[in-house]
Amino acid sequence: MTDTNNKAAYDERLKRLEDNVALKETDRVPFIYFSTFWAARLQGLTFAQMMYDVDKYIGVSKQAIAMLQPDAFSSLLFAFGPTLGGLNYRPMKWPGGGEVGDMATFQYLDQEFMTADEYDDYIFDPTGFYLHKYLPRLAGAYETLGQLPDFAAFAEWDLIASAAGFGNPAFQAGMKRLFEVGDKTAYTMGQILNYGNEMMAAGYPMIVGGFCKAPYDLFSDFLRGSKGAMMDMFRNKGRLIEAMAKARVLLMRHVKPTTELLNSKFVFIPLHWGLDGFMSPAQFKTFYWPELRKVIIGLIDMGLTPCVLWEGNCTSRLETIVDVPAGKCVYWFESTDMFKAKEVLGGTVCIRGNVPTSILITGTPDDTDAYCKKLIQVVGKGGGFMLDGSIGIPDEAKVENVMAMAQSVRKYAN
Amino acid sequence: MSDKGQELIDLIVAMDTPGAVDLVTRMLDEGTDPFKILALCRSAMDIVGQKFEEGEFFVPELILSGDTLEQISALVKPLLTDTGGGPARAKHGKVLIGTVSGDLHDIGKNIVTFMMDVNGFEVKDLGVDVPQSKFVETIREFKPDVVGLSGFLTLAYDSMKSTIDAISDAGLRDQVKVMIGGGQVDDTILKFTRADAFGLNAMEAVRLCRDWMGVTEA
Repeated sequence: MTDTNNKAAYDERLKRLEDNVALKETDRVPFIYFSTFWAARLQGLTFAQMMYDVDKYIGVSKQAIAMLQPDAFSSLLFAFGPTLGGLNYRPMKWPGGGEVGDMATFQYLDQEFMTADEYDDYIFDPTGFYLHKYLPRLAGAYETLGQLPDFAAFAEWDLIASAAGFGNPAFQAGMKRLFEVGDKTAYTMGQILNYGNEMMAAGYPMIVGGFCKAPYDLFSDFLRGSKGAMMDMFRNKGRLIEAMAKARVLLMRHVKPTTELLNSKFVFIPLHWGLDGFMSPAQFKTFYWPELRKVIIGLIDMGLTPCVLWEGNCTSRLETIVDVPAGKCVYWFESTDMFKAKEVLGGTVCIRGNVPTSILITGTPDDTDAYCKKLIQVVGKGGGFMLDGSIGIPDEAKVENVMAMAQSVRKYAN
Repeated sequence: MSDKGQELIDLIVAMDTPGAVDLVTRMLDEGTDPFKILALCRSAMDIVGQKFEEGEFFVPELILSGDTLEQISALVKPLLTDTGGGPARAKHGKVLIGTVSGDLHDIGKNIVTFMMDVNGFEVKDLGVDVPQSKFVETIREFKPDVVGLSGFLTLAYDSMKSTIDAISDAGLRDQVKVMIGGGQVDDTILKFTRADAFGLNAMEAVRLCRDWMGVTEA
């Protein structure tokens, strides 16, 4: 295909995505290709190989895109084995790292990295807290950062003299280790960036241009641990709310430059702890939704398109989460009732999802086709829908089922 | 029940951990039987479980009341002697639970274990990433009525299936009911694994066990 044809294909696909975000009816429903390690099976690679060899990962991902011809792809590749190993990153176990099998996906371990009485430290100086406390706890190689001078504590000649810290041989050795990790990671990131640009030049828009979190999830996933954050709802309510407001500003600051670098305005926001059953409707409305809503609206105000992945079942949240500007963002649902979602959100938010992992892994192409047909015809009716797996394409999905899913958007009119 | 006994139950159910811990300290100072305090805690947890079942409480309340209980136990347990307490509460039946091979997630499993315990079942929890052979071996020793297989990742589908196959191959399948649970489990996976039932939350697991063991009381 010529560059001109590719450009036309890119524009056509991007318009299809943007029109659906704007809740307009399009010629057909768009299909999104989003996966972690699924493509490995196209060449019989292990997940460990994918984690440690970004070039193989890219090669097989390109093959998947050429095969599926999606309307958008994700350039989130997880080839960070050398980085994780080099950092001695503690809360993650990953294929090739020696603690899970070569064909098991990476797993994040829920644990506490910030104690309940450290909220004031975080709120007073988040960067200082990260450098001196959080990062050294998170990864062995970051212990060196804990030795950085506390610059804001110094003035005049003290500030100049604090440079002596850089002469410490232990600090220098630690920084050398970090530089080595940096080299490996820069290579990985450079290759991923090239891959994204190449795929966009080949006609495929990128569906993950930036990344953000719900502030509650930041504290639950990465700082306090799920148990700590839940207890904070009772024992440290004011501090949790104040810290989340601070974290929101920091989280959002990073998004716009990334979307400009990657040349895609879609921002991926995967959610973990706001689903039905985990917290009460009142807790959701107090601790989860207000800050998340500010993230969504803030990103929209930056001219970006938030794509919020509501993991689990969030059916009971629909009436609350409809409160966002119409035609500006995407809600991707895993096991939320899609038909109810269409009913409640249809005039406000573009819906994405939710071909079940169970069908893609254990079902047949006919099962997959039947599920996609119903989604396209009911949820896709009138526009405002993108077809995707419930959490993208699961690693163990059968190739023929994924093909059936990709083809369904061309078979059935919405 | 004494006023203080009722007050302790109310404080635990109201999620007032410092209040509950203070009261227990005072009760112990006044010479209250530590076994009585544990019995009061159990009554409070029955109410917490009931409210969870009715949709008034959610996971945060379970976590918080569990933590309150831990803090009270730390005060009470050093004072326990073998002579007190009276007969242990009879259990409805035995449940063996674990997260299947390859999967390290345990939050859902722990909630199910907690609710099973609160609802009067004897639960043995094998932890996470449990090999098929470990389930088989423990079924032989522990003789559970129900086996609960938990998993969060999609790789758990195959692990659940192979665990159930291993139970069948060992000739033990007729002796146990098997329930599966976790974020990705549905009717399709029930058929795929040939388990007896699946549940989407802790209360469904409790209801399944009650039905299978013929437990009528809540």
